Amino acid sequence: MTPTFHRRLRKAGTLLATGALVTALAACSGGDPGGSTPPADIPAEGVDDGSTLTLWTRAPLEKQAKLLVEAYNASHENQVELTVVPNDDYVAKVGAAAGSNGLPDLFAADIVYVPNWVQQGLFQDISAQIDGLDFKDEINKGHLAAGTYEGKEHVLPFVLDLSMLFWNKELASEAGLDAEAGPANLEEFAEWAKAIQALGKPGVYGTATGLNCGGCLVFTWFPSVWADGEQVMNDDGTESLLASDTANDVYATWKELWDAGAVLPSSKDEAGPTWTAGFTEGKVGLMFYPATLLSSTPFDVGVAGIPGPKGGGSTFVGGDGIGISKDSKLAPQAWNFLSWMMSEDAQVGVLAKNHDVVSRADLANNEFSSADPRLITINEVAGKGDTPVALNFQQAFNAPGSPWLTLVRNAVLGDGSSVDADSDEITAVLSQ
Amino acid sequence: MSVGALSSPPVRARPARRGAREALKGWLYAAPTAIFILLLFVLPLVTVFRMSASDWPLLAGDRGINFPENFTDAVRNRFFLDSVVFTLTYTVLATVLLIVLGLGLALLVQESTRWKGVLRTAFLVPSALGLASASLLFYVLYSPIAGPFAELMHSWGVSFLGTPEAALWSTLFLIVWRYAGFYMLLMLVGLQGIPDEVYEAARIDGASRWQIFSRVTLPLLRPTLALTTVLCVTGSLLAFEQFYILTKGGPDNSTITVVQLIYSVAFQGQNDLGVAGALSVIVLLALVVINFVQLRAFRTTEES
Repeated sequence: MTPTFHRRLRKAGTLLATGALVTALAACSGGDPGGSTPPADIPAEGVDDGSTLTLWTRAPLEKQAKLLVEAYNASHENQVELTVVPNDDYVAKVGAAAGSNGLPDLFAADIVYVPNWVQQGLFQDISAQIDGLDFKDEINKGHLAAGTYEGKEHVLPFVLDLSMLFWNKELASEAGLDAEAGPANLEEFAEWAKAIQALGKPGVYGTATGLNCGGCLVFTWFPSVWADGEQVMNDDGTESLLASDTANDVYATWKELWDAGAVLPSSKDEAGPTWTAGFTEGKVGLMFYPATLLSSTPFDVGVAGIPGPKGGGSTFVGGDGIGISKDSKLAPQAWNFLSWMMSEDAQVGVLAKNHDVVSRADLANNEFSSADPRLITINEVAGKGDTPVALNFQQAFNAPGSPWLTLVRNAVLGDGSSVDADSDEITAVLSQ
Repeated sequence: MSVGALSSPPVRARPARRGAREALKGWLYAAPTAIFILLLFVLPLVTVFRMSASDWPLLAGDRGINFPENFTDAVRNRFFLDSVVFTLTYTVLATVLLIVLGLGLALLVQESTRWKGVLRTAFLVPSALGLASASLLFYVLYSPIAGPFAELMHSWGVSFLGTPEAALWSTLFLIVWRYAGFYMLLMLVGLQGIPDEVYEAARIDGASRWQIFSRVTLPLLRPTLALTTVLCVTGSLLAFEQFYILTKGGPDNSTITVVQLIYSVAFQGQNDLGVAGALSVIVLLALVVINFVQLRAFRTTEES
């Protein structure tokens, strides 16, 4: 009698537990975001009432983010708490927070992920506020476009990061090259790399890149295609155009350099963490390199736009966009930070002062850039650059093992015969 | 006994009440564990099953049923077969290496009397390091830029992580370094459980060293071997940190393990928790089957 009773009791207990679980799960899934102030009610300058705002960004932009937050906190009642997340963990962290409605008030996102995240509804619509800015037309267009979905703007440029051609002037002069002018096209780039390689200095290589780093390759190789007036994807970002003649010329140049031994050997397996280290240590002659590192490059460098096979110069307008998260209850306060961030105080007084690129064209020539002509070059090329927009950008290009990595590795390290098929594979992912 | 039972009817009622009270007490005693199991095991498990049957993008949350498309997508993933084959290869290699080395080391430290303490400590120290920290340590050691062997790698033209084979063996080396001491310890416990009399009897019978090892030590070590094999196979099938940190699945996607595939589907690109959940469920079922077969195999041989 008793054992059966106990068994029944146990069964009832299990049932109860399962029931509770199901209810809990159902409760979880029913949640709906909302409850924040409708964006239209926000005053033009936002609200500065001593609230505490949270802000997330990824590690590569830590320096710029810290400077901005410190300057804001020093001059405002509101206080921003900055959280810096390692680059590789950022998407996972944002994803988890978005799922549990726990996003911070403000968060920055790699500009190539912004179209997807905006479409998923992670950012609040701030069209009314952005339209209210009298310098709206001067804001970097690539970043604004990436954050625009169905005609609504969600994102402002946080930090711009441009890919530029950097050369080590000392090594270039040693190899008998004109260190002031720089190479004019991709062919000359290859000649320079080989000339510096031919110096035969131990541990010194012509150029370097990250052949196992999809993001690095997107950032530094796409501009060579753009410089010749070609595109890398169709306008919707659903089809790869990376098997074009221009693109093939780019791969061929790199294959030639690789086979000639003029590329830093560790570039082959470089997955990102140390892809700029060789140049920064003065062991690489010239390289497509992030402009944000200008201030931390310790020796004399020349700077130009990234040339294409026929010349010209372009750049990948990367970096991070920032917006107010769907979970923020402090949208007016968060907008106060954003509107300050776009002001001359922040753009010139913080970013330009730190040798960073400003995100407003009308401020490109400022007291700091006039002191360093390289900054003028960078600001000028920024206007000619591009920010590619595609919903499945991460999966097609940045992810480890992406079809873009397969294409480049086959084209440069392999025999280069599979570019067409590999490009089709990228299209297959882009068009999903 | 019977007298007491007859003489006191009120006492009779008491056992029932006491029984109920004791049952309640029992539930209370079990509650902390039960709550932990519920929160940390049952709840995640149910969530994974739910995910695996739902259209669940990482950033957008649950969007309703998507069964069985998640499973067909999971199996059709372009790295699915490669990752299964690679994980199995890795598991076989790691298990053989660790079991053989663990047993060898255990015999070594058991035999040598002089250096016993030093040897045991030396083999066991790596186990005190977390796997992720150990992987980071080896990432630097293997690095062709920052590593101490960078010069050597240059002049010899080799790289630790550059080719698929090199990457696999470099990772296996890390795993052996990290875990050999741990398996040695398990084997030592097993070896110490074998009574001295058996060895003595074998020696009196004139058995050689090899005969003693193969006819006495190995058969009596079977329960330990079963435990270590199950641990090692399960651990290797779920390999993640070492490859995530050392190779990121490269070079050329040659070292993607199943768990890495799950991670990358969930967080690196596709951002689809539904398909990732489906992959997890497939792995879970495979593990249940594999462990069932393993335990069955060891049990039947034991009984026969």
